[in-house]
Amino acid sequence: MRALVFASRTAKEILRDPLTLIFGIGFPVIILLLLTAIGKNIPNDLFQIEQLTPGIAVFSLSFMSLFSAQLIAKDRASSMLARLFTTPMTAADYIIGYTLPLIPMALVQGSICYIVAILLGMDISSNILVAWFLLLPIALVFIGIGLLCGSVFNEKAVAGICGALLTNVVAWLSGTWFSLDLVGKTFKTIAYKLPFVHAVDMGKSIIDGTKNGVLINLSWVLGYSILLLIIAIFMFKRRMQID
Amino acid sequence: MTVAIDVQELCKKYGPKTAVHPLSLTVQQGEIFALLGVNGAGKTTLINMLSSLTKPTEGEAFLLGNSVITDKQKVKQCIAVSPQETAIAPNLSVRENLLLMAGVHGFNKETAKLKVNEMLALFSLSPVEKQRSKTLSGGWQRRLSIAMALISEPEILFLDEPTLGLDILARRELWAIIQNLKGRVTLILTTHYLEEAEALADHICIMKNGRIEALGTIEELKEQTATERFEEAFVQIVGGMM
Repeated sequence: MRALVFASRTAKEILRDPLTLIFGIGFPVIILLLLTAIGKNIPNDLFQIEQLTPGIAVFSLSFMSLFSAQLIAKDRASSMLARLFTTPMTAADYIIGYTLPLIPMALVQGSICYIVAILLGMDISSNILVAWFLLLPIALVFIGIGLLCGSVFNEKAVAGICGALLTNVVAWLSGTWFSLDLVGKTFKTIAYKLPFVHAVDMGKSIIDGTKNGVLINLSWVLGYSILLLIIAIFMFKRRMQID
Repeated sequence: MTVAIDVQELCKKYGPKTAVHPLSLTVQQGEIFALLGVNGAGKTTLINMLSSLTKPTEGEAFLLGNSVITDKQKVKQCIAVSPQETAIAPNLSVRENLLLMAGVHGFNKETAKLKVNEMLALFSLSPVEKQRSKTLSGGWQRRLSIAMALISEPEILFLDEPTLGLDILARRELWAIIQNLKGRVTLILTTHYLEEAEALADHICIMKNGRIEALGTIEELKEQTATERFEEAFVQIVGGMM
């Protein structure tokens, strides 16, 4: 009950911030429109809507980290969390409260990405539904990052880390914008040690129907989401005791 | 009178630095107890330890018989804190902020609504109840902050610098509200405004460098220092020049 009350507050705080709409929905749609237009003039498979959409759906989720990290960092800076730490709320209530609202937000964002892609000419198939549903574990990776950064860094650092650094890392290491084969073996090896390219590969192989390596990619994503959430919960619980 | 807070040799160290040296004090139920001291005196650390936010390094404190170390959940059920910062949810309306606090304290919807209406009336917040809290003036935000702390009907309320940055009128209005709570709630107040402590507190504890320098009523402190005015007594206790 307490967790749901807190989750409702989290949802309101995020949804009432105009930046949420701009970055959460506006930005991915604009990127999709822009790159589709570029794709029409450049004969490159990467810019075809079926290849592009899964990557942009994953990239857009990086904003979930920003939203959650900023909210937690703001709550710490304003002492809202200190106030709440003196209430009977438990660690689980906070984790659920900060995490739960972001899951439907991530799925709505993914829906918008795929709906726009369909309007731009992507073939409708049940694969879209599977790819959309598998955004869920990917969303948990980004929510975990957000929870972790919000628990550790201040508001200013969070904007830099989750706003600029993370979006760049995801853009560079996910294979969304260019093939990782183009940038050399080392870069590619590093990228495949992280979850982002696995998330994009998983989406692409589902959409194109080949489903190559879905289970392996999903394992990477799930492994990272569990690991990040465990570390984030640990760090958050440490924050509950202001030592 | 019943003891609300019993502090026994409570101490907090951060590495080699001691923020609060072992100190003991008692606060009676229903009284207003002011913690005074210059910056870095250890007031906020003491409040954080008493409200279970910070784990003491040594010593113990009991709030209504519950240990701040071993009975944290029980302590949290009988206290509320209004921190130095306004600590409100900026994108939520005044009413929503109050509903949030009622909800996290476990009130059901009906009770929460009743409690919210009660707080809106008590703090004269009804005219701004639908306004987003980030758009409120400093005075209104402070009122909301205290209302959020009081909605759970705490037996012990910690007010950390409740009138910081308020103009004289807003401050006087808050004083009236705080005075109205006297006898019903045990209030621990930290402030830099000496006239505030003088106007509100039953007992005053003056801290310096993490230690209690003086403890008593205004009259007792003036008597101890052989001064006419409380400000002079305070300056003499904390070792300043007049």
